[in-house]
Amino acid sequence: MTTTEMMTLKTEPFMLNFGPVHPSTHGVYRMRATLDGEVILDIEPVVGYLHRGIEKLTEERTYSGIIPLTDRLDYISPMSNNLGYCLAVEKLAGIKVPERAEYLRVIIAELQRLANHCIAVGSFLNDTGAYYTPFMYAFREREKIIDLFDMVCGQRLTYSYMRIGGVSQDIPDEFLPALNKLVEQLSRWVDEYDFLLMQNEILLARTKGVGILPRETAINCGISGPVARGSGVNWDLRKADPYSVYDRFEFDIPQGENGDCYDRYRVRVEEMRQSLRIIKQAMNDVPAGPVRADVPHLIRPPKGEAYAHVEAPKGELGYYLVSDNSIAPYRCHIRPTSLINLTALREMVKGWKVADLIAIFGSIDITMGEVDR
Amino acid sequence: MATPDLLIRTLPMQAVPPDWPGGYWWHWLFFTVVLIAFVLTMVMAVIYVERRGLGRMQSRLGPNRTGPFGLLQPVADAVKVLLKENIVPDKADKLVHWLAPVIAFAPVLMIFAVVPFQNGALLADLNIGILYVVAISSVATVGVFMAGWGSSNKYSLLGAMRNVAAVVSYEMPLVLAVVGVVLVAGSLSMNQIVLAQDLPFILFQPLGFLIFFAAGCAEINRSPFDLMEADQELVAGFHTEYSGMKFAMFYLVEYAEAIAIAAIITTLFLGGWRGPLLPPWLWFIVKIFVVFFIMVWTRSTFPRVRIDQLMAFAWKFLFPLALINLFITAIQVLIWPDALPWILIIVNFAIMGILILLWSKLFKLGWGRLEV
Amino acid sequence: MTVALSGKDIAGQLEEKFPGSIEETGQECVVVKSDSLLAVAEYLKNTGSLAFDYFNYVTAVDYYSYFEVVYQLASIKHNHSFVIKTRCYDRENPTVPSVIGLWQGANFQEREIYDLMGIKFEGHPNLKRLFLWEGFQGHPLRKDYLQ
Repeated sequence: MTTTEMMTLKTEPFMLNFGPVHPSTHGVYRMRATLDGEVILDIEPVVGYLHRGIEKLTEERTYSGIIPLTDRLDYISPMSNNLGYCLAVEKLAGIKVPERAEYLRVIIAELQRLANHCIAVGSFLNDTGAYYTPFMYAFREREKIIDLFDMVCGQRLTYSYMRIGGVSQDIPDEFLPALNKLVEQLSRWVDEYDFLLMQNEILLARTKGVGILPRETAINCGISGPVARGSGVNWDLRKADPYSVYDRFEFDIPQGENGDCYDRYRVRVEEMRQSLRIIKQAMNDVPAGPVRADVPHLIRPPKGEAYAHVEAPKGELGYYLVSDNSIAPYRCHIRPTSLINLTALREMVKGWKVADLIAIFGSIDITMGEVDR
Repeated sequence: MATPDLLIRTLPMQAVPPDWPGGYWWHWLFFTVVLIAFVLTMVMAVIYVERRGLGRMQSRLGPNRTGPFGLLQPVADAVKVLLKENIVPDKADKLVHWLAPVIAFAPVLMIFAVVPFQNGALLADLNIGILYVVAISSVATVGVFMAGWGSSNKYSLLGAMRNVAAVVSYEMPLVLAVVGVVLVAGSLSMNQIVLAQDLPFILFQPLGFLIFFAAGCAEINRSPFDLMEADQELVAGFHTEYSGMKFAMFYLVEYAEAIAIAAIITTLFLGGWRGPLLPPWLWFIVKIFVVFFIMVWTRSTFPRVRIDQLMAFAWKFLFPLALINLFITAIQVLIWPDALPWILIIVNFAIMGILILLWSKLFKLGWGRLEV
Repeated sequence: MTVALSGKDIAGQLEEKFPGSIEETGQECVVVKSDSLLAVAEYLKNTGSLAFDYFNYVTAVDYYSYFEVVYQLASIKHNHSFVIKTRCYDRENPTVPSVIGLWQGANFQEREIYDLMGIKFEGHPNLKRLFLWEGFQGHPLRKDYLQ
């Protein structure tokens, strides 16, 4: 036997199920991985453990009765889900939303983005192995945002605040001062934590160059949101297809270069800064007026179909509604950001180690509620 | 240094075995009981420190419901875990599965046999003490691997394999760092090493200390090298399939190992039981807690490294530095045996800084992807 | 602002290129025959002035007499969007060609439609149920599905 022959051990691939019950699959997701030692040869995602048939349920509910269902899609960012759905119904029925409601929607949606990115960044760092420290701090900051949501709608997780034609109720008087204070705190917080994390050599070694998603693949797979922007795709619906009043605010779209985990992290942190920028602009000129258009309880949109999409924190979230002029939609399809973002996971993790699989999966930031619906 | 010696001689615990009634037997019995009690109590104490300390660092409270300040939490944990059902997987290798925690626990306890609590107060003053520690400490790995293999669970197996790989690699820099200390002290006996430390060896061997600390953390799988039970990846690593009493044993091993490493670091680098004012055994325990606290600190601060980075760090960073450290120490011991300590300290700290900076520039981690 | 291209313009182009492929023309969509779907999709993706490189979603609607499969396309380069639809009238064994060769993003979504609506996508490499388990009877999103 030559030396090279002795050096190459014969190995056999084996299967390992990550999930459905596993600490870092963010819910009940299962990856059937084929491993060669520590190296990932192939993975096959298995979903459906949280399937509740929301699309079927929508066909038996009134238009406004569907809003609570949308809360349960991406339960990390229910406000954005509400917003997307309401936009779709308003487009279908041709409802004009009052100015004040539009501004409130933008403020709330951006706060939701901040809250979501807190969890996304925190749990991503947790997946790289930082023992819950960044996670807890990120959660602490999210808590303050949740308190504000509590103030406007009395809910902490499933808000149902956005309604067809506006929002459910006007903000209380103490909301804007509290928001002002929070925005100040959060901008300091983002800078401080980002500084602390990006000085960490191990974190850089674990994220830089890991799980590269090339730009072409990202576009071809229909990837959206921070994952796509991390790969250098300049595609943010707030700029590309402005809805609500986003065209009135100044903000940038952060983009990555390499499309690795580090870039996706960076994009999220930059997006938090941009969100704060938008909130600052929006809260200074919230106009007075009604917060809800005069919409009947049982809407009967004219026969037709509409597709409305929003830039949810995780990416493009769309609702395709078909109406047959009854009180319930004939068909309501939800474009699931998380499910489609998972398409490229297989390409991203091939050849990486087990530890990277978890880190890359964490950097995509999915919610099982939205994947399975 | 006359005063400490005098102090030590007057203390009752300076037990030279034959003086005891009944000869060696009383000595062994006494110290065995003391050691087991010491390890078990210390494990409870460090678990409390770890949980509360981590809680504080992570801006949460940590356990605070059981007893004053949650002090009884380890007791509650122990009671809970002892009363739990012992579940053995159907396809497990029953004998191996059953033996693994025992084999993992015994060597950890054995390490303490040669650790001096004060001058001469140790179970066995072996003249090859540190060699014994190095040899025994690796045996726990066999237990861990048995656990991984015997559970017939792939997570367990992966965790066990990671542990074996880590121990095999990190044993090198660990031993080389120890050799530096042995050169300076001129003895392998733990007691003699402590007696030689008029100034703690951390000052003469700063690089050796850092290497030992990193390699020691990797050996006992403390963060950031806790790959074998990486809960985000391998659920619980090698003890995924353990429950009840057997799990408690592994939990005990984990913290007993941490205390053992802290005790060895204390003995080798921090002057062991020596210190002013306080009684020696208290100094010893205080130093163990300080070292352990640093381990908790790193755990709450660093993400985990990947397996290939772990290997690269051992072989490309720690190993060469340990060799250079050994070489420099040997030269210093040979050429300037009587040099002024303060000059050596300054020189050694300078060398450490330069070497670490230089090597960090040379040390490049690959991105770790294989074409498949 | 993403411009929704007019159905008439695209239909004109398609009719010129693939005669007889258009079934119906809507305001912002065209309905193509399912056998020429792939050719149309490839034309839409690879023509420089259209360049629909981004695949928003695909879904299906059950209209009792036929299934309608809806594809929403977008172009990141030109920032415009368009909807193509196709219909299958066979209720027992509805079949549509798979577009996964053009847009990988269709992978999970086509499986989802197969799972919940029972439309088979020819050419899909891994056409299994996505959410429901193997052996589940029926396709819940069909309008005639009862419990």
